[in-house]
Amino acid sequence: MTLSSLIEPFVGRTGGLISALHEVQRVHGFLPDDTEAEAARAFNLSRAEVKGVISFYHDFKRAPQGKTVVRLCAAEACQAAGGRDFIKSVEEKFGLKMGETSASKDLTLEPVYCLGLCSTAPAAMVDDRLVGMADTGKIEKALERAKKESAS
Amino acid sequence: MSALTIYLPLDSAAVAMGADDVADALSAEAAKRKIELKLVRTGSRGMHWLEPLLEVEKDDKRIGYGPVSEDDAAALLDAMIGNGKQDKNVGPVEEIPFLKNQTRLIFARCGIVDPVSVPDYQSHGGYAGLDKALKMDSAAICEEVMQSGLRGRGGAGFPAGIKWKTVAGAEADQKYIVVNADEGDSGTFADRMIMEGDPFTLIEGMTIAGVAVGATQGYIYLRSEYPIAARVLNEAIANARKAGLLGDNVRGSGKAFDIEVFMGAGAYICGEETSLLNSLEGKRGEVRAKPPLPALEGLFGKPTLVHNVISLCSVPAIFEKGAAFYRDYGMGKSTGTMPFQIAGNVKQGGLYETAFGVTLRELVEEIGGGTFSGRPVRTVQIGGPLGAYLPPRLFDLKMDYETMIEHGAGVGHGGLVVYDDGINLADQARYAFEFCVEESCGKCTPCRVGSVRGVETVDRITAGVDRDKNLTVLNDLCELMVDGSLCAMGGMTPIPVQSAVKYFPEDFGIKPALKAAE
Ligand SMILES: Cc1cc2nc3c(=O)[nH]c(=O)nc-3n(C[C@H](O)[C@H](O)[C@H](O)COP(=O)(O)O)c2cc1C
Ligand code: SF4
Ligand code: FES
Repeated sequence: MTLSSLIEPFVGRTGGLISALHEVQRVHGFLPDDTEAEAARAFNLSRAEVKGVISFYHDFKRAPQGKTVVRLCAAEACQAAGGRDFIKSVEEKFGLKMGETSASKDLTLEPVYCLGLCSTAPAAMVDDRLVGMADTGKIEKALERAKKESAS
Repeated sequence: MSALTIYLPLDSAAVAMGADDVADALSAEAAKRKIELKLVRTGSRGMHWLEPLLEVEKDDKRIGYGPVSEDDAAALLDAMIGNGKQDKNVGPVEEIPFLKNQTRLIFARCGIVDPVSVPDYQSHGGYAGLDKALKMDSAAICEEVMQSGLRGRGGAGFPAGIKWKTVAGAEADQKYIVVNADEGDSGTFADRMIMEGDPFTLIEGMTIAGVAVGATQGYIYLRSEYPIAARVLNEAIANARKAGLLGDNVRGSGKAFDIEVFMGAGAYICGEETSLLNSLEGKRGEVRAKPPLPALEGLFGKPTLVHNVISLCSVPAIFEKGAAFYRDYGMGKSTGTMPFQIAGNVKQGGLYETAFGVTLRELVEEIGGGTFSGRPVRTVQIGGPLGAYLPPRLFDLKMDYETMIEHGAGVGHGGLVVYDDGINLADQARYAFEFCVEESCGKCTPCRVGSVRGVETVDRITAGVDRDKNLTVLNDLCELMVDGSLCAMGGMTPIPVQSAVKYFPEDFGIKPALKAAE
């Protein structure tokens, strides 16, 4: 699908630009360089305006992410439940810091500020798989399953 | 033999603890034994330490098993078919004190019904409220909300009735209902739970609001971290349309109302209502100066009623049971019930809906059972990242808007984050600034730059560099942020910081003597 065919359906919808960017990212895993120009054309905005929107939101990524994205909650309820140590142990396990992608492009580690799983903290998300009372073992298990699913 | 019906939550917290894996294992095991299994995915009861909590009906009671894992599938089937014992049996779910002692006006159906089933919703009292409202005129509906004493549950506690009257009174060709489902506060998940577990309560509340103020279109601004809520909401909205509960002719009243779910894009500040409106218009989520109030000039400049999820979910019960009934719960100017969310380092974490007036100690120590680490509770942060850290000596304070404000705290969205004695409050003060650096919309200098200075200043204090001088700097910085910020992001970041310094001075290297001179 071309970028414009992903973007066009959202023109004229409430908040269409943001929904269109979500759609491009859902398909491509990030926002390819031409997204800015295409969206500007489709929504009749300046490129600077589109750029301003993209840069405002944490969700929008301008570069490809790892094949699997592991998001670790860095917010208070998870801190209270040992989240800081948990994050450190995941970083050590995979040799990556928060915000980094592995050289093989297999894995991205990323902070997230609350997943609404604060009563089963610490929390994490491996692609779209939620993990409560997380530890490195549970993250590895979720990664294995994600791998299996993408293979099948 | 008729099908065996089993209830298992689809709620994110249950799924995060393995509910989907349990569902798969049960289905596989049942197929192997040729047992006809009807698996109903419900919301969560809110007893998250028991998740995944499986339920089966026996003699008109729901018997619970939890926390179960996929490895339990075979034993669970044995127990549920026969009378086999199973060590995860927690007995009749509704007799567990945590659930039994609640007053569930909002969450009455959550965990019981199939969240996307219109018949389930209606057979459990759903739409009784809207039916009553449809027989009233706009002014009477707004007055009923006013009389209930309902205040906004998003954090500010503003009287809902006043807002409804303002929007109702505004002349315009188009008005909107906008639901704030951005739920960014750490320690909160009530919005998520009701949207996943009983979305029709929100749909009904929005519809009543639409009828009252003359809005025909509603939007639910949902944070992108909640994919399960998005799925359930969209399914429920589609079913409501099919059943004539949304659309051009709501319940045959001749009135139109429809709802769309809009996905945010990961920005805490978009929980602030004017930032949210900009975002919903597809723009950067920068905060707008007030006035104009969104009630008069909101989405696309039109009169807009912006409410938190729980505020609107309180509305059906107010109409079903009457404002007087509702107002009888709570204390003083804090009427009705609040779903408190108990999180962090706590043994029995989850959602506890009860009338205002409950104490922090009851919530944390009795209901929550203290810390899961078994260590003493050192502090509780109330009301999210912009909320105060309170010490145990203040735990007898009653949870109500005024009492909290008097003590420099706030009820916020009702989230309680419990910490044991392993926590260092200087780390938490630093984090409050870090979070502000990360999430500031950038419009005001005190918020954007002050938060960066704040991180540096806390670092100097904890490193023991010019401690007294830097404590003064910290204080001045907080005052500057309070005075010079357009919204509560910058304006309230000082609350967690200053409460940490005030109640836990030792973590900042402040000696008792200095404390006395404070
Ligand atoms: C930084 C910031 C974040 C906020 N986040 C939320 C939120 O996530 N959910 C919410 O309902 N209100 C949030 N609010 C409050 C809203 O601005 C607004 O008061 C609320 O949506 C009004 O609805 P209510 O009257 O039903 O509470 C936030 C406010 C600020 C300043
Ligand atoms: S206080 Fe901060 S978040 Fe609020 S408007 Fe100003 S810069 Fe934006
Ligand atoms: S704070 Fe981590 S899930 Fe809410």
